[in-house]
Amino acid sequence: MENRPLEYDYTVAKWFMLVTVVLGIVGMLVGVILAWQMAFPGVNLMLGEGLAEYTNFSRLRPLHTDSVIFGFTLSGIWATWYYVGQRVLKVSMAESKFLMFLAKLHFFVYLLVVVAVVGTLLLGISTGKEYADFEWPIDIAVVVVWVLWGMGLFGLIGIRREKSLYISIWYYIATFLGIAMLYLFNNMEIPTYFASGGIGNWYHSVSMYSGTNDALVQWWYGHNAVAFGFTVPIVAMIYYFLPKESGQAVYSYKLSLLAFWGLMFVYLWAGGHHLIYSTVPDWMQTMGSVFSVVLILPSWGSAINMLLTMKGEWQQVAASPLIKFMILASTFYMFSTLEGPIQAIKSVNALAHFTDWIVGHVHDGVLGWVAFMIMAALFHMAPRVYKREIYSKSLMNTQFWVQTLGVVLYFTSMWIAGITQGMMWRAHDEFGNLAYSFIDTVAVLHPYFTIRAVGGTLYLVGMFLFAYNMYKTMTSARRVEESELQNASPMGA
Amino acid sequence: MDIGTLQAYAYFGFTAFLVVVLYSYIYHLYSAQKKGTRDYEKYGNIALNDEITDQPIEAISKNDEIK
Repeated sequence: MENRPLEYDYTVAKWFMLVTVVLGIVGMLVGVILAWQMAFPGVNLMLGEGLAEYTNFSRLRPLHTDSVIFGFTLSGIWATWYYVGQRVLKVSMAESKFLMFLAKLHFFVYLLVVVAVVGTLLLGISTGKEYADFEWPIDIAVVVVWVLWGMGLFGLIGIRREKSLYISIWYYIATFLGIAMLYLFNNMEIPTYFASGGIGNWYHSVSMYSGTNDALVQWWYGHNAVAFGFTVPIVAMIYYFLPKESGQAVYSYKLSLLAFWGLMFVYLWAGGHHLIYSTVPDWMQTMGSVFSVVLILPSWGSAINMLLTMKGEWQQVAASPLIKFMILASTFYMFSTLEGPIQAIKSVNALAHFTDWIVGHVHDGVLGWVAFMIMAALFHMAPRVYKREIYSKSLMNTQFWVQTLGVVLYFTSMWIAGITQGMMWRAHDEFGNLAYSFIDTVAVLHPYFTIRAVGGTLYLVGMFLFAYNMYKTMTSARRVEESELQNASPMGA
Repeated sequence: MDIGTLQAYAYFGFTAFLVVVLYSYIYHLYSAQKKGTRDYEKYGNIALNDEITDQPIEAISKNDEIK
């Protein structure tokens, strides 16, 4: 038998990297189409009247949100898990045939779910719950995917050589447990066909909750999907990739532990801020508001820890576009975790709720923090899994600036649009009559919607640059030796 | 006292308890480091020394300890 030295096995990580890039482009392309539809409603009919059913805003919107959240982000999380997990636990996937089988099964069942989701959403088959749009058969498949990942995650932890679990592992575990709990409870649903003895479609269902309870569970889920999908696993990434790429150990490991438990303690209670001035109990609204403000502390705990990790090494930010991506991600994390609590304050919420400012907030978080960090992680992983240098540093730099400009145009236009909208909705004359009708606001917002669409398009252009750079890295960049892969990633001009 | 009030007191009490636990944890982390009973900062090196041939920072089995 061949006696080769033990190596990390990145097979499944590579597969997920590929899916991350593809679904990132799909999700953001659909997003850009939606943005142009908002600015120019004629785009709803871009493929003609006959296909309008498939191209209108309402049909495409869930496809955008779900492909970015459950497609791009989740596969990015898994790509990094199958890379970081092995390395910080110091155990190779190649050491366990069973874990390797589970990981591959995890990938293929996930792909099936992706196909099912895209198909059903395009056909208009949906539960109608935001970010929980999938009908019950898909929900069951999602649970299978999740259990497969969980078995692999705890299996790998079980055979590790490194006794202490690095902070990133804690965050991956929290992602697994958090989403498992949230997804199960919010997707409790009754299949109507079976409950009614054969009426309607077999795949149709209604939520097990109704009215205010439904809203409460939905936003407990909705906000914590942001927590455990867009925050916790991305923090897991930055705690590994920034120290590794810069060659600096995390500034304060104790602070990282503290911020972890703080985040776990506080985040779950903040979802009520989506329901301020609604029919849920007042104390619950206040709790959502207060916990949202407290949430600044653990969020900034991690973000400041990352910035301090670069202490004395700031020249690396100027020199390396990869570090630039991560430092900007961390800065956007601080920015959106300050903006969110501000919006959750009751008096601010009275103005901000239902306006485009909320859309702006989501996007500075996802485009600036989540997507930047996932792309940085993939850039760092690429030379190590393909044994080739990153194809082009200048292309990376171009991508960085094009996308940064895109995000800035996006959130600034939505700030102005949102606050204008909020002010116009509440304006009234001395007798209490509303000063503006809805269409007045639409007319005023048109330029900002156009700026948003331009910003989104720039970001998408950056995604294509990213995909091209990754493709060339995979196929034709210069091969590198193991010794070149210690810290800073090797990059071609 | 109705069930709602009881729940509110229980909720407040539980929150206060968790805050105490969190602050005790902070105290524990920093005092353990100061007294030298445990060096938490060395775990930061797990990310840096992560080749499969690297010695674990804290090995799970005696065989992997630094000889």
